[in-house]
Amino acid sequence: MVTYQKLKVTLLTGRTIEQGVGKEKGKTSQEYVDSVTVCFIDPEDLRKLGIKEKTNVQVSTEHGSVVVKALKSIRGPHSGIIYIPYGPWANVIVNPETHSIGMPSLKGIPAEIEPAPNKPLLSLRALLNQQFGKD
Amino acid sequence: MPVVKAVTCPVCGSLCDDIELTIQEGKVVKVKNGCAMCESKFLGYNGEHRILKPLIRKNGEFVKTSVKEAVKRAAEILAEANYPVLYGWSSTNCEATRVGIELAEEVGGVIDNTSVICHGPSILSVQDVGIPSCTLGQIRHRADLVIYWGSDPWSAHPRHIERYTAFSQGRFENSAWRGYLTKIKASQVRKKIESAVRRVFLKEAPSIPPLIRREPPPSIFREGRKLVIIDVRRTRSAQMADYFIQVEPNRDYELLQAFRALIRDEELEVDQVAGVPVEYLEEVADVMIRCNFGVLFFGVGLTMSSGKLRNIDAALSLIRDLNMRTKFVIMPMRGHFNVTGANTVSTWQTGYPYAVDFSLGYPRYNPGETSVVDVLLRKESDAALVIASDPVANFPRKAVEHLVKNPLIVIDPHMNATAQMADVVFPSAFVGIEACGTAYRMDHVPLPLKKVVEPPRGVLTDEEILRRILSEVKKMRKKRQVEVAA
Repeated sequence: MVTYQKLKVTLLTGRTIEQGVGKEKGKTSQEYVDSVTVCFIDPEDLRKLGIKEKTNVQVSTEHGSVVVKALKSIRGPHSGIIYIPYGPWANVIVNPETHSIGMPSLKGIPAEIEPAPNKPLLSLRALLNQQFGKD
Repeated sequence: MPVVKAVTCPVCGSLCDDIELTIQEGKVVKVKNGCAMCESKFLGYNGEHRILKPLIRKNGEFVKTSVKEAVKRAAEILAEANYPVLYGWSSTNCEATRVGIELAEEVGGVIDNTSVICHGPSILSVQDVGIPSCTLGQIRHRADLVIYWGSDPWSAHPRHIERYTAFSQGRFENSAWRGYLTKIKASQVRKKIESAVRRVFLKEAPSIPPLIRREPPPSIFREGRKLVIIDVRRTRSAQMADYFIQVEPNRDYELLQAFRALIRDEELEVDQVAGVPVEYLEEVADVMIRCNFGVLFFGVGLTMSSGKLRNIDAALSLIRDLNMRTKFVIMPMRGHFNVTGANTVSTWQTGYPYAVDFSLGYPRYNPGETSVVDVLLRKESDAALVIASDPVANFPRKAVEHLVKNPLIVIDPHMNATAQMADVVFPSAFVGIEACGTAYRMDHVPLPLKKVVEPPRGVLTDEEILRRILSEVKKMRKKRQVEVAA
């Protein structure tokens, strides 16, 4: 069995234009799902993980763990920072702490990333079922 | 083919009102002037994801039903609930929000809009510190220094730079568009020459040269419009900017306070702040002081990162300090097209902009307690109505867990993650396409939304659905009071 290296990173979530276009088309459209199941990683971090683009990776925080597809970030260099667009996949791992002001902490979350080429990307339905037991 | 001009785009808070739509046989076939999101919405809204009939969950499966039946079931859920949550509101018109507030008061629930997870901290800060602001028209015509902090307008508000700031042609300030094109062309030519030289003389494979120039370029001191971006990543907007400052994640507060010290001519006894050398910050502070009319737009990069409302406190205070030296304004980059309207309607009806609790019979506001994510995390609500929003796709998992455990009513034109988990789903007309109304732009300017095509048969507007639910709830509660009295 191949063991992969884990990497400690800071997770950012946010908007991408592809996610914006996808959400306007429809939240169940393939465009939307494709745009929010990705994780932008700095080329240097990809090298450290020993993987190529479009490999599945597992991102874990103390709030949860999710499998998304690694993409090479062209917004670098931002070694040590990964970026996942807002969406049901990112929500599994973001920090719900509102610090008593109503706002969860959706950016700058300590996370761990590891290659998971054998783990599947879940569909929206499967993800909702896995997380909430309801679809 | 009829062309409808001056249509307001119901996508982001920029609310561009120069969209031209070509209508053919009751469908939008062509969009002019819109951005990628605008085109996607106007051309793709009526796709296969559209819900056309009300749905009720029976034995775990959705069953199509009549509007009357769905209204009855929704009213039952709300009338029976002790502490329902009414959430969404930012992608519908002000008229629907007005009815929603009446419904929240009637059922004694919490009404909250999406600003709670975007610019809620900004509102809290504005209530504390105040906000020196203006309309986007003023900025278009006068601003000579435009700063975006924690915001990527190219991705989230694609026409913001072109319509209101650096690349717009104002009466007193010229567009910086030509300068940007020249810069791009020059950098392409430079890259080609460098690559050719390397191949011919060094016989090496060309590699990508480091793109980031860390020190402020001389162009930042020129006359005319300048664009500065401060962000944790080199976003697309950052590539357009005259200068980009890359701040370390969660350290915006330090950088803001450093700028405050610098523009008061204080010395910083460190070499760098938040990963940026102080000497560069000094130059940028100098540019801020020397501008005639500066503007700072801030995005959720500040409100969602560590510090949250304190970041905004520091940003607002920075602008207050800058106004001692020059003219400077500040504005939050509001996301949804009518999130500002949801805040405005809520404020004039209840006194508070979001997170309003009616459980005691009068409006109470205490974000952290009455805000929807906290209510859900404490597992207090026992039903929810979600309108024009998708919290299952936007809330942290723990909050969603409680939301979907209880009866859930969804009003939305499209099937989305929240609708998939709902007990009652109402299809609604698209506000700004199939229903008219009012929306507020991010600078609090109200604009009319147009109805350009008819909604599918039997599909009602958000406002009408809410009115019907409200009237049914009132009837049920009256009946119950009579029964209790007897």
